[in-house]
Amino acid sequence: MKVLMFGWEFPPFKSGGLGTACHGLTSGLSNNDVKVTFVMPFCPENSDSGIKNVKVMSSDMKYIPKNVDIKKINSLMQSYDTSSSYEERYRKCDVEVKKGDGKEFMLYGRNLFSEVHRYAENARDIARYENCDIIHAHDWMTYKAGIAAKEVSGKPLVVHIHATEFDRTGGNPNQYVYDIEREGFHKADKVIAVSNYTKGMVVKHYGIPENKVSVVHNACQMDRAWHSHRKPFDDGSKIVLFLGRITLQKGPEYFLHAAKRVLEQMKDVKFIMAGSGDMMNRMIDLSTHLGISRNVLFSGFLSGSDIDRAYSMADLYVMPSVSEPFGITPLEAIKNGTPTLISKQSGVSEVITNALKVDFWDIDDMANKILATLKYSSLHSTLLENSTRELGKLSWDKAAFNCLNIYRDIIREHLN
Amino acid sequence: MVSVCFYFQVHQPYRLRKYSIFEINENHDYFDKVKNEEVFHKVAKKCYLPTNQLLLDQLNHVPEFKISYSLSGVFLDQAKKFDPSVIDSFRKLVDTGRTEILDETYYHSLSFLYSKKEFIEQVKMHRELVWDLFAYKPKVFRNTELIYSNEVAYYAEKMGYKGILAEGVDHVLGWRSPNFVYRPRTAESIALLLKNYKLSDDIAFRFSNKNWTEWPLTADKFAHWVNNVNGSGNTVNLFMDYETFGEHQWEDTGIFDFMRAMPRKILEHPDNDFKTPSEVIDCYEPMDTLDIHNIISWADLERDLSAWLGNKMQHESIHELYAIEEAVKKTNDKNIIEDWRKLTTSDHFYYMCTKYFSDGDVHKYFNPYDSPYDAFIAFMNAMTDLVQRVKKVSGKLDPKEVKILGK
Repeated sequence: MKVLMFGWEFPPFKSGGLGTACHGLTSGLSNNDVKVTFVMPFCPENSDSGIKNVKVMSSDMKYIPKNVDIKKINSLMQSYDTSSSYEERYRKCDVEVKKGDGKEFMLYGRNLFSEVHRYAENARDIARYENCDIIHAHDWMTYKAGIAAKEVSGKPLVVHIHATEFDRTGGNPNQYVYDIEREGFHKADKVIAVSNYTKGMVVKHYGIPENKVSVVHNACQMDRAWHSHRKPFDDGSKIVLFLGRITLQKGPEYFLHAAKRVLEQMKDVKFIMAGSGDMMNRMIDLSTHLGISRNVLFSGFLSGSDIDRAYSMADLYVMPSVSEPFGITPLEAIKNGTPTLISKQSGVSEVITNALKVDFWDIDDMANKILATLKYSSLHSTLLENSTRELGKLSWDKAAFNCLNIYRDIIREHLN
Repeated sequence: MVSVCFYFQVHQPYRLRKYSIFEINENHDYFDKVKNEEVFHKVAKKCYLPTNQLLLDQLNHVPEFKISYSLSGVFLDQAKKFDPSVIDSFRKLVDTGRTEILDETYYHSLSFLYSKKEFIEQVKMHRELVWDLFAYKPKVFRNTELIYSNEVAYYAEKMGYKGILAEGVDHVLGWRSPNFVYRPRTAESIALLLKNYKLSDDIAFRFSNKNWTEWPLTADKFAHWVNNVNGSGNTVNLFMDYETFGEHQWEDTGIFDFMRAMPRKILEHPDNDFKTPSEVIDCYEPMDTLDIHNIISWADLERDLSAWLGNKMQHESIHELYAIEEAVKKTNDKNIIEDWRKLTTSDHFYYMCTKYFSDGDVHKYFNPYDSPYDAFIAFMNAMTDLVQRVKKVSGKLDPKEVKILGK
């Protein structure tokens, strides 16, 4: 079985959970003896030069599971792009291109959407010479590429939905993005959703019949050793962690409002916001406005082992997402020995029962549960013990096996 | 001769609200008045009233039929408050003279394990309540959820009971049969009756299970199984939760029809009869001595304490609860003591059970909370507030008793 897969990012070049999920899924497929050609956009601005980038990739091949072949399409696209962030990067890049050779030519599309189309055209070329049994595309920016590849090769298409435009925008979708998502769902032979929660969105907001959407939950690899729980604060302060993009979807302001309520009852608690995002400055302002800035620390974007360090030093990990299709971070927190409080509006709550759960808007309940975890030590230890056991039952190999069964079903139908 | 001995457990806890940490010192209403009343009315309608009526009819029409109950104090409390007709219907059963009432701890608590003093007080409270409501003096004791060991029997005997109930756990019985009366090892006079869990659970758990090879269970078939005990036992002890009737097994499973037909079917065999626990004890001599040193119960497959004391949350919360017993009692404040006692009810700890939580099993069905963690949080918050009240009233409290306050 050979899969032509279109993604946005792949470790170590990643900024969020999608890269982690693609890595996990392709590893799992590889372990199930499936060959994967993973196509991802390539942005020269990410690293100093395109050549160096290629080197980094090749020197980091240990990240890439056997059987997985990474192909890059030159593109300025980055994960979680919005049209404005893309255009900003485009302007910078455009100037450099002109300076470089003096001629005016269109290396990259003028805006995010033309870039999506350009990505699709390149995908068409790849699909022409890449043999495959099935095409698998991850999230809207790759859907046009997936559709193009299907048209060229005649192979069936699976589109995977990790986050809908409704999740990202809190219910105010960009029409263009919505249309691409919808087109992808309709033209695909099968839709894979990362949770029942997300499946519900796809059925409700995009008019896709329920039986066309299968659910494959994400997993988490229990491979790394736990870090020591050395506390960074000498005064014995407890630590509550937010880790993720500081953006509307992730509910950062609910975290701060809950922090305020917690600090009314308990003084020696530090709230760490790890990550960056479009709402970061607003959150810094908000913590000042709430009068809790002494207890709120912004670490900025973390990567690599710093992420594990952040998880393992925390007493509780909070994911207050407004709408979280899956949410892989709580699994990583548990892996690093930290219990979790997650919003009920998340897919991950379908696989982790041993977590504290709240409605993201219920600040008081969130604060109540944070306080209880910090005050009553047996709550912390029971949550951790049981969720660790639960995490052990999840595996990417199982998730990939479910995908493989879906591939087989579609290929069978396709042949008939 | 085989005597069928029916014993029904009737209990309703005072469930806690989702009492928030922000209510501490502001609001002392820990219990969910609305939910408790709602549940009571629901169960009264589906189980207590129709089953009592059914059994009363049987007692009236079948002179040999006999049954027994243990009614927890907190159940009777709520019946008085929410629907006194339920008390009346039990009174009618008691008035037939063929319904025995057993004693237990008033609050359906685990007090035996943590405070013998409190245990004895709660048993006495129950005894008084049963006297007040039914003018009845129980002679047989059953501890919460059939929690039993030699020591429980020892205490029950000291308190004047002639019999005690326990689960017929395989690993303590060994080759012995639960269908005889036994003598606890530490006892001089008290007799031990053991639940025949196979036949009891055929009714209580398997009755409506269509995957069960014996489904559907008819009165004929059941009577036949009871007849088979003839020659190898004296008594078949059918101990079960009263909510089996109409609540765990819904009416449409045919459970009521089964109960209506069963007494006569049992009596069709000339060597069968019905006896109450007291009568079984009076009629049959103990067959052997049973040495049960480790605690057993009738809960789950494990038949141990792990449903209430299986994780650290359960241990921490119950430990803290009994740590403040003396301070609570010293306040002499009726409300404080009563609230504390309501917190001793075993259900609170059962709700914190994480054993099967991720499998979504029966523990979940009986849990008013979304999760065992929510149950723990509500309990600990309520107890923290209770400690504050105790402090206020008594002015001072032993420092080791205020540990749970987190300063």
